[in-house]
Amino acid sequence: MKLKLPNPGLDDRIPSHGDLERMEKEEAGDRPKWDNKAQYLLTCVGFCVGLGNVWRFPYLCQSHGGGAFMIPFLILLVLEGIPLLHLEFAIGQRLRKGSVGVWRSISPYLTGVGIASMLVSFLVGMYYNTIMAWIMWYLFNSFQDPLPWSQCPLNANRTGLVEECARSSTVDYFWYRETLNTSTAIDEAGGLQWWMVLSLVAAWTLLYVCSIRGIETTGKAVYITSTLPYLVLTIFLVRGLTLKGSIDGIKFLFTPDVNELMNPSTWLDAGAQVFYSFSLAFGGLISFSSYNSIHNNCEQDAVLISIINGCTSVYSATVIYSIIGFRATQKFDDCMGNNIWKLMNAFDYPENNITDSNYNEVLAHLNQTNPEIIQGLELQTCDLQSFLSQGVEGTGLAFIVFTEAIIKMPVSPLWAVLFFVMLFCLGLSTMFGNIEGVVVPLQDLRLLPRTWPKEVFCGLTCLISLALGLIFTLRSGNYWLALFDNFAGSIPLLVIGFCEMFAVIYIYGIDRFNKDIEFMIGHKPNIFWQVTWRVVSPLIMIFILIFYFVTQISKSLTYLVWDQESENFPTLEARPHPSWINVMIFILAGVPSLAIPVFALFKFIQNKCCKKDHNDFTVDTISAKIQMSDKMKL
Amino acid sequence: MLEKILILLCLSSALAEQPCKPDASDGYKVRLSIKTALGDEAYVWNENEMFLFRATLAFAMRSHLNGQEFDVSNIIVCDETPRVTFWFVVTSPLNTSGLVDKGVVEEAIRMSRNRINSAFLLTDKTLEFIGITPTLTAPVNPDTPPWLIVFGVVMGAVGAGIIVVLVSPLVLKKRKKNEETDEDEEETGVKAVENGSTREGVYNMSFSDDERLTQM
Repeated sequence: MKLKLPNPGLDDRIPSHGDLERMEKEEAGDRPKWDNKAQYLLTCVGFCVGLGNVWRFPYLCQSHGGGAFMIPFLILLVLEGIPLLHLEFAIGQRLRKGSVGVWRSISPYLTGVGIASMLVSFLVGMYYNTIMAWIMWYLFNSFQDPLPWSQCPLNANRTGLVEECARSSTVDYFWYRETLNTSTAIDEAGGLQWWMVLSLVAAWTLLYVCSIRGIETTGKAVYITSTLPYLVLTIFLVRGLTLKGSIDGIKFLFTPDVNELMNPSTWLDAGAQVFYSFSLAFGGLISFSSYNSIHNNCEQDAVLISIINGCTSVYSATVIYSIIGFRATQKFDDCMGNNIWKLMNAFDYPENNITDSNYNEVLAHLNQTNPEIIQGLELQTCDLQSFLSQGVEGTGLAFIVFTEAIIKMPVSPLWAVLFFVMLFCLGLSTMFGNIEGVVVPLQDLRLLPRTWPKEVFCGLTCLISLALGLIFTLRSGNYWLALFDNFAGSIPLLVIGFCEMFAVIYIYGIDRFNKDIEFMIGHKPNIFWQVTWRVVSPLIMIFILIFYFVTQISKSLTYLVWDQESENFPTLEARPHPSWINVMIFILAGVPSLAIPVFALFKFIQNKCCKKDHNDFTVDTISAKIQMSDKMKL
Repeated sequence: MLEKILILLCLSSALAEQPCKPDASDGYKVRLSIKTALGDEAYVWNENEMFLFRATLAFAMRSHLNGQEFDVSNIIVCDETPRVTFWFVVTSPLNTSGLVDKGVVEEAIRMSRNRINSAFLLTDKTLEFIGITPTLTAPVNPDTPPWLIVFGVVMGAVGAGIIVVLVSPLVLKKRKKNEETDEDEEETGVKAVENGSTREGVYNMSFSDDERLTQM
């Protein structure tokens, strides 16, 4: 498609190829640079590989047909993930600005795209760092034996365990009561939980110290935060494979169910997972690649990082499910043991008379001879498959299922510390990208004086996010976080991603883009890139956007609540939202998305009413032609 | 008359033979799960083990009721099953036909529970006295929660890091400025006299290497 929208004055806003060569040789400009290629790759890998790889992908994989899920995942990785990634890398490297700067250079009407990216990065950063605070809380609590989530506390008069804990489980109680102290509805705010506030302060200050000077400091931090998770995953894999039942878990994960491929939601979930997993449309990747040298091979980088991201997802799924298999087998053995114990005691059989193998025959025989006694015993049905498929995504996986598995392993505090350090590193390296996506546009927008050092920008961002993030430390904080996660981090990103593609291909111009890439890496992008950029990827994005919109609107009617008085306790209960939440949903999802057209309109009106300013562009003064950089050369 | 005496004798002997029976009002049921507790090292339950049990229980009664000399013969056991469960009752040493009250027996067992368990290498779960619930051990609550200690350490490290990162460039700049001003005082001291201009304000290093005349 040779469609190209008119875009006057583009050449004046962007550095030409000659300018770029000169800047490269003279190393002019105050733009920071990567110390080496490894730092850049580690930072991008760290940004892309995050908590979603560990706790979202394994669940999707297992629930959408196991091994068969790899097919839609890999196909969409190639058709959607890699082209978008290459596009962001290339445009950042070419225009050498953060997200607001890039879109403003392409066209002043597109500044809204950069602002939307900044807003989304800000909102997502707010709640993502709260998850980091939770992880830090668990990490702080892992330095004791026995672990605090392995025991129920005693009730007031010391006659038994606390009722809430006895009815659910020790890990549930520790998560919902001692960590979150959750209320029963989103409008019951409760007060600030001081221990959560402390953890949140710890999370933000740690993030601040690591990203205080942008990539100068994060570039050093990523050597640890991007590599440590792989080390810990390997340790867990080795440990997991030596535990009983781990192979059952891995088999459960990868058992293919080809019928799931017919289900459209499998493909759409795969597409959404690929999109979110690559941290596209946050603006962070554009910033990071703008610090590269002009002839860096961005095509190679995009393919490499995509492969690493995909492989990490599969690898961590294997590790997670080996531990889940162990936990399920433990629960199954406990369940069977309990039933056999009850039978033995009721009928006074000698020990070891009833084993796992003859349990069913003995039960059937006894059921015929003494059915009333059997009824009175209340034996539970033990099913390994149901234990394997218990709630294994998101915070439920990390803070309930995995912690339960850890307390059954010997030397539990060590595994707990390792696990939470891994989660913390995964999240921290993603937060670096988020901070980059907020601070650099703030600087580009020139809302604050330019002379202020970067430390102040960073500090302000962290401070304001901390202050607003206190909402997540209320008793209803968990529900607010789920709201943010569902709406701020989903639809706006898809909208921005689609606009990015459209802007680069049709407003910047695919021809110009091809020439740029040829200038940067030495050869024109081949037919694969042309087809995916122009047709395939935008179409996939539109499909996913529509699908997500529809499911989110239907899902927005209810949310899950932990309520002791509900009938299904300890299962979470679905409750409808109060109506004022819809306003919040609109703010979270609508404001960033609407920033794009609103800004375009604003610029349009500004141009129309102040038409005289247009002529400034056409006056060719000497000072307009000379590149003004900070060091004046006389 | 003789028949009445015979009947009385039979009744009393019958009563004397049945102080211990299942569901006795002053007796307790005991359940041992030796194989569960010890696995391969489990010992076989036989008469000798039963003797040890009766002796341990007599010990428990003696410890609780100081002064009364309970003997192995005061502990009567019946209704043994292959599961290794049985009922027992405790007779008082003062009155061999009278049973010790249930409550007293329970207290005695609670007091010496640990000793009874360890005599048989078992635990509260594997040596059960049906009806006597084991006292729950409270979880240990240290005065300072351990997580606060770790939090303090981390925040201290982070605070130190922030200070170092913020202060070190200022220190470096100051040091560099001192070196530069020392150098230039020697270099441009003469030039300052030549031009007659006084240096005022912050020294701008960009001009220090340039010639006086600007190049067009």
